[in-house]
Amino acid sequence: MTWSEMQPLLSQACWDTLYMVGWSTLIAIVGGLPLGVLLVLTDKGGLLQNTVLNKVIGQIVNVARSMPFIILMVALMGFTRWITGTTIGREAAIVPLAIGAIPFFARLVETAVREVDGGLVEAVQAMGGNTWTVVRKVLVPESLPSLISSATTTVVALIGYSAMAGTVGAGGLGDIAIRYGYQRFETGLMWITVAILAVVISVIQFAGDYAARGLHRRGGRSGSAPKLRFLRTETTSVGDTPAAIPAQATEADRAPAAEVTKVP
Amino acid sequence: MITTSGLTKVYRSRGREVTALDGVDLHVREGEVYGVIGQSGAGKSSLIRCVNLLERPTAGTVTVAGQDLTALAGRGPRAGKALREARSRIGMVFQHFNLLSSRTVQDNVELPLEILGVSGKERSRKALELLDLVGLSDKAKAYPAQLSGGQKQRVGIARALAGDPKVLLSDEATSALDPETTRSILQLLRDLNQQLGLTVLLITHEMDVVKSICDSAALMEKGRIIESGTVSELLATPGSELAAALFPVSGDATGDDRTVVDVTFHGESATQPVISQLSRTYNIDISILGAAMDTVAGKQVGRMRIELPGRYEDNVVPIGFLREQGLQIDVQGQEPVLLKEGAK
Repeated sequence: MTWSEMQPLLSQACWDTLYMVGWSTLIAIVGGLPLGVLLVLTDKGGLLQNTVLNKVIGQIVNVARSMPFIILMVALMGFTRWITGTTIGREAAIVPLAIGAIPFFARLVETAVREVDGGLVEAVQAMGGNTWTVVRKVLVPESLPSLISSATTTVVALIGYSAMAGTVGAGGLGDIAIRYGYQRFETGLMWITVAILAVVISVIQFAGDYAARGLHRRGGRSGSAPKLRFLRTETTSVGDTPAAIPAQATEADRAPAAEVTKVP
Repeated sequence: MITTSGLTKVYRSRGREVTALDGVDLHVREGEVYGVIGQSGAGKSSLIRCVNLLERPTAGTVTVAGQDLTALAGRGPRAGKALREARSRIGMVFQHFNLLSSRTVQDNVELPLEILGVSGKERSRKALELLDLVGLSDKAKAYPAQLSGGQKQRVGIARALAGDPKVLLSDEATSALDPETTRSILQLLRDLNQQLGLTVLLITHEMDVVKSICDSAALMEKGRIIESGTVSELLATPGSELAAALFPVSGDATGDDRTVVDVTFHGESATQPVISQLSRTYNIDISILGAAMDTVAGKQVGRMRIELPGRYEDNVVPIGFLREQGLQIDVQGQEPVLLKEGAK
């Protein structure tokens, strides 16, 4: 197979992957964010404490998360047909991808939101804020760096799942790798898809970490800084220096990290 | 301005009951700075959280500015509209500042105004005005992480004032600060109290806080208020634990057959040469074990621990003489039973 043959195949596959992952991420965030916040609010000692609701949501999330994606895809076929009118193609793949990702993201949101200092919630209540104000002005903005990291993790997981969705004819990079690379022994093509996936995932992870760190830098002390995956050194622990140290010193301490972030 | 009656808070967890507040009656007059002091676990935090109903009292009522908040609260655990409106008129500052790290200083101060639904332009005008009041107008665009502890607390105070409250609750506002910063924050609270006529209820475990800014104080122990009153009343109360803690004098008797007497001077009596008069009149030798002068609630107060030869029975007459001079006398080792009634 020559490059001129591979090229249109690959560009279509890339586009398909991004299309599926993009839409399912969007749906996962729209669905998972409220669900995750609700898990925190309804928990014991939460603002909307409701043990029954909390247990029910928690169980649904657990069941959905414990299901292997390939099984979920098959199990949801009826539902998918009802929504999109078909069970084949990239639109059809979005349905199980999104449904698989919602509980995944919800759990990550739950963890992130739980990290927010209860004192901030109390402060807003003391100002006369209601629960919605607390969610909007405190829980979400204060956990935003962690939420971005969570979304990044979700996107990366979805790229992995989308390769499996290739098996129902959804297209995408995973589909190319299986059908051409594996079944037709086009080893070269397979390695190219693997390389593309690796690059895409690295770029997404990097962008996510960069955004999270950027937000975190100004925030400073709430929670620990999300660590860059590429850095094995513990430079990030410097990010928690007490506020008394001037900003410049903190910047200087971070210089090694800053240099690395400029590499790409 | 703030009145609590029979305030009781019981925490239940895993079948165990912990009584944090046990029938607290508190009365804070308009325009005063009232300090509640006590050790950790005495129930101070529960008390201040019950005042704006962040904690629901198990029993009792809370009235702030003539409004019965416990009646507004309703039955459910969530704060209804009426309670939230009442809360917006009570400012609160916290030990750990509780500033939103994702917002700038100015946006933090604007937050209560956003909740009140004030328009954008008006919000930023008000926020800058308040930051100017607390001396931080140059930090409006900074993030809390870039500020020192004292500056953060100033932002906290500016934020608490955004809703034009009549009452400010201070939950250990200076406990996380160093002594120097503590003084400047207390001075700020005092200034606000005088300039804006703000009523301040503060809880603390530091006697210095009470000494430097409080008009009145209460001592809490095991969920109860043991003593309360204006600081000068407390100092004038024989046997008052709070007065002794506010103004400690030390020194032990040098022998068994001695009488140790604490003499407290304030106002007029501070200028009288009572000790030399006592010595001359009764021809006794007086040794001074310890003495201190200080300013409490803006008044000069002196305290002296003296030792008279002989047991208490032998010194009834000289002690009577001291009392006649208008001094407050506490005889160590003698229970001031009768006089303790006056503290109530």
